[in-house]
Amino acid sequence: MKFQAVIGLEVHVQLKTDTKIFCGCPTTFGAAPNSQTCPVCLGMPGALPVLNKKVVEFAIRAGLATNCRIAPRSVFARKNYFYPDLPKGYQISQFELPICQEGHLDIEVEGETKRIGITRIHMEEDAGKLVHADVPELGNGSGVDLNRACTPLLEVVSEPDLRSADEAVAYLKKLHQIVVYLGVSDGNMEEGSFRCDANVSVMPVGAGQFGTRAEIKNVNSFRFVKQAIEYEIERQIELIEEGGTVVQETRLFDPGTGQTRSMRGKEEAHDYRYFPDPDLVPLVISDDWVADVRLALPELPEAKRLRYREELGLPDYDAEVLVASRELAEYFEACVAAGAPAKTAANWVMGEVTRALNEAGLEIGACPVAPARLTALLQLIEKGTISGKIAKTVFDEMWSSDKAPEAIVEEKGLVQVSDTGAIEKIIDEIMAANMGQVEEYRGGKEKVFGFFVGQVMRASKGKANPAVVNELLLKKLKG
Amino acid sequence: MELFELTIHELHDKLKKREVSSVEATRALLARIEATEPQVGAFITVTAAEGLAAAEAADRRIAAGEIDLLTGIPVALKDIFVTAGVRTTCGSRILENFVPPYDGTVVARLKAQGAVLLGKLNQDEFAMGSSTESSAFGVTRNPWDPERTPGGSSGGSAACIAARQATATLGTDTGGSIRQPASHCGCVGLKPTYGRVSRYGVIAYASSLDQVGPLTRDVTDAAIMLGAVAGYDPLDSTSVERPVPDYRAALTGKATGLKIGLPREYYREGLDPEVKQALEAAIETFRGLGAEFVEVSLPHTDYAVATYYLIATAEASSNLARYDGVRFGHRTATAEGLLDMFRKSRAEGFGAEVKRRIMLGTYALSSGYYDAYYLKAQKVRTLIMQDFSRAFESVDLLLTPVAPTPAFKIGEKVDDPLQMYLSDIFTIPVNLAGTCGISVPAGFSAAGLPIGLQLVGRPFGEETILRAAHAFEQATAWHQRHAAL
Repeated sequence: MKFQAVIGLEVHVQLKTDTKIFCGCPTTFGAAPNSQTCPVCLGMPGALPVLNKKVVEFAIRAGLATNCRIAPRSVFARKNYFYPDLPKGYQISQFELPICQEGHLDIEVEGETKRIGITRIHMEEDAGKLVHADVPELGNGSGVDLNRACTPLLEVVSEPDLRSADEAVAYLKKLHQIVVYLGVSDGNMEEGSFRCDANVSVMPVGAGQFGTRAEIKNVNSFRFVKQAIEYEIERQIELIEEGGTVVQETRLFDPGTGQTRSMRGKEEAHDYRYFPDPDLVPLVISDDWVADVRLALPELPEAKRLRYREELGLPDYDAEVLVASRELAEYFEACVAAGAPAKTAANWVMGEVTRALNEAGLEIGACPVAPARLTALLQLIEKGTISGKIAKTVFDEMWSSDKAPEAIVEEKGLVQVSDTGAIEKIIDEIMAANMGQVEEYRGGKEKVFGFFVGQVMRASKGKANPAVVNELLLKKLKG
Repeated sequence: MELFELTIHELHDKLKKREVSSVEATRALLARIEATEPQVGAFITVTAAEGLAAAEAADRRIAAGEIDLLTGIPVALKDIFVTAGVRTTCGSRILENFVPPYDGTVVARLKAQGAVLLGKLNQDEFAMGSSTESSAFGVTRNPWDPERTPGGSSGGSAACIAARQATATLGTDTGGSIRQPASHCGCVGLKPTYGRVSRYGVIAYASSLDQVGPLTRDVTDAAIMLGAVAGYDPLDSTSVERPVPDYRAALTGKATGLKIGLPREYYREGLDPEVKQALEAAIETFRGLGAEFVEVSLPHTDYAVATYYLIATAEASSNLARYDGVRFGHRTATAEGLLDMFRKSRAEGFGAEVKRRIMLGTYALSSGYYDAYYLKAQKVRTLIMQDFSRAFESVDLLLTPVAPTPAFKIGEKVDDPLQMYLSDIFTIPVNLAGTCGISVPAGFSAAGLPIGLQLVGRPFGEETILRAAHAFEQATAWHQRHAAL
């Protein structure tokens, strides 16, 4: 029997607001335990939550960017369960009336475009965390750090429209790209700012009904999501083929073994006893507010890609690579705005700049060659002052100093030779020294042309203008 | 007249004229507490040293010519209000040693005016009860008859006023917890409109019903206390952004032209004859003052108690989940593992009534029962609200009993929770409707027990009910009688 996987994803996106969702405490990552807490996020008796308006704005942004309907009235609910890092004994979340519903994202897998439904996006608070090891004061016990308690999250729930691990990863990457572009999240997966639960089931191809699903909790890298889903699909198919049945349960992915394992079964499933939080009045969002947020939305990757193609004339590949990261795209656009030709700038940003960043282990934001300085370099190529090849040398120099490219070119005497007399002289010498190859070329072996170009460039120490070299060589070789 | 007998406005006048100092008044009340507390048991914690220090500070402030209505006035608070550095128990073993790191909004507002805090008052555990018998710190006795309860849950606050242990107090009212004990102890108790007073720093019982209000010697004091604590608070999303009127200025002494509704469903069998008689006399008094009476109907009254016990317990089951032994309050000494720690800490920390309500609420919210209980109750709550809005289309306020009987005996209803729950039958609908109500002394039973009457106003109609209550108080002498202690 052939099987078909059915996958739905629940993604938790931590929002990069300055303060928490229901109090004024900061959300800085990595602060000393419990140093960023107050009676509200500690769940102290008598404390009450007050909604952070910025969180709502971010949720509207995310909703609009994923084609959702923004609910004019939404409600916060309490999700009740006991856990030591959950200060109030309930999590404030949204349940029946979330802020965003009925959206979608288009993904591309193997050249095909597919629309993935987004059931809902809702706002909620995070819990704290438990610290079990390496803290001398704790002895054998465990500690609770509530710095993270009450930090704002969006939960983005997809429809079960995904059919493979690759589709799931494509969807996740797309969503990740969008939230980072929107500026609502730093998307840092190591710090847990973007993490995902995957609901996976399998059914015989063509079946009308989905199989029983397992939920894989808290996977925090694209690679692990792919591994976890692929493993889980395999596991479920094997189980069914051996005559077993899949049970509804929560599973954990172990990156060490690449496998998922059972965490808790359905019989232990919680009854969260959701009900509207009486401490928070229903959230009413005016059309005007939504319109304002829509106006202020940044250009999203999709639109950027189109614009690069249509307006800047970049090939699809270049557009795709450049928009993959908002910072990279911003760097590229700054070059174009400073006067760099689009295609040259694209080549350099994707090529030399990216290579140098990778070697230095830096992010584009920390690039020592600012767009204006790179543009000055590209303009030297454009004007014919230096060749593209020489420019690479100049670039390396610019990387480690803050000198202007013109200064480097001057200092090192790298100005390109376009003087036809000088180049002609070199060509004549080389042709004289390599008469055999001249004959071969004239006998129809045109490949030899490259040999002559190389020789001329070497003789000129790379300074000869390649265009002039080509032109003169062609003339002289043809005789 | 002794200093401990004065109202806020009387003491304020003396402080202003420098006839007495706040330290003198505070000493007089502390002495009164010491003398009467063995018989009453109104306090959980007395803060004598802090109180005297605050009184000294108030005297310095008065000497500098800065005097607000509450500057130097000795008050005591129900132990449900969190007070920075002062143990706050909420009447529960689970918070026996809890010292909050912050002041709630109403506490901060009282302190900003220079009020002097004498201590924290007894109450039913987590405000669940109608007799102050469910406190983990012992029962409070009714100063009019030590065999009887003061009512509840703000029984400590009401008894404190009746025993003249503080000039004024604050309580909270979720289903009648201010008005019913005020009625049983012969003082004035006001439950403001939901959202009028901030709940920030008030330990939650049922969030959508809880409201802070004063228990005082007379109506003028109730107006003064309300004026001091009312108003929008950015720390409480449910508090309402609306200017605070000058409540004292509303006390004109007149009731002329007021149209008062008598809800038919409140006057019927089961109402104690002495209570009925007192109400009839009160109606005559109001008529004499120029008020007009009409019969109105609140048709869903019969469902109010059931509705209340579903909504209040549902919210309570969630609000009390934070008492799990992890961060503050009681933690069991003998746990084997995490779940056992949660279970034992809660089993040891909570009393029977609290456990009963948590169980009820958990059941009402659980999947499979939510629609039948919680959701249905919310729908009935809407109908009850509509009853009130409809009634207020034709009248300015309602006059009703506060409690079906005068104060009952200690132990009389503890084993019969349903009977206990019915003692709030006339106050509960006001909380469900979210509107305001006041209890004022309106007579005495043959046994010498106080009887109160309730005036219910429109949402944010505090000025109207205070004016009517004040006019009635001026025309009668009930509030001048004191418990013989």
